[in-house]
Amino acid sequence: MATPTQDIQPREKREVKSEREQTTPGRVYAPSVDIFEDDQALTIVADMPGVPSENVVIDLRDDVLSLSGVPSVSVPEQEEYLLREYDTGKYFRQFTLSEVIDQANINANLSNGVLRVTLPKVGPAKPRRIEITEG
Amino acid sequence: MVIRRLENWPFEGLMGGTADLDRIRRDLGRLFGGQTGGNGWEAPAGVFPLLNVSHDSENVYVRSEIPGVILDQLDVSVTGRSLTISGERAIPDEKSSVRYHRREREAGKFRRQFNLPTDVDSDRVQAKYQHGMLMVVLPKSEKAKPKKIAISG
Repeated sequence: MATPTQDIQPREKREVKSEREQTTPGRVYAPSVDIFEDDQALTIVADMPGVPSENVVIDLRDDVLSLSGVPSVSVPEQEEYLLREYDTGKYFRQFTLSEVIDQANINANLSNGVLRVTLPKVGPAKPRRIEITEG
Repeated sequence: MVIRRLENWPFEGLMGGTADLDRIRRDLGRLFGGQTGGNGWEAPAGVFPLLNVSHDSENVYVRSEIPGVILDQLDVSVTGRSLTISGERAIPDEKSSVRYHRREREAGKFRRQFNLPTDVDSDRVQAKYQHGMLMVVLPKSEKAKPKKIAISG
């Protein structure tokens, strides 16, 4: 854990260079994440500043978890930039999960631009034995 | 702490001081395939939080992405033409039983001072923190606002 007196170490926004082309113009950024797990759940915490909860999409398909978010802020046209140090764009990041997740109990919370997704684990996947009947 | 000056606005101020370093960094970035430059925006290295500053005839607007800060730990102050944004971003401890796979999010204190391009009415400055975004609206002082001059014919 970072000690409270330390200065923050800035991280540049990381742009996603997708294999696929976007259908909408604009940049796509990979949010910074913390990922941790215990016996019960896998938790992903992602920084998505500017994104309201209604613009977050969490999608789990097979074993791929996709997080995306669209910021709601836009700069009115009559404003003229004096300094522009960051650009805004959609957030997108995908993870391949190695655990079996209890999909019905996924929990997500967005607070001050930080998304927290808790993915409860289903007990270890038991290899299913197929009985073969004769005759 | 990094101070950027915008003394002779709108854009002359960007050419002095740290701008030279930024330009070298940008050029290097281009050489090595970095993502800065050429898009009308530039990120100075090692500075937090990054700022977007704009204006219209009434106000100067400062926007910044500072996700995950508690309101009590965010401080905005204006002294003369100097705007200071400071605070601390804390990442609460998780249970000791967790195993981390990735830790990309940073915690710690930050402080950024910015010299405003014009005089502002510091009594009417408003700041709003929503969805992890800070937005400061600084009304220009009356004498700094553009005046329409009536032309007599």
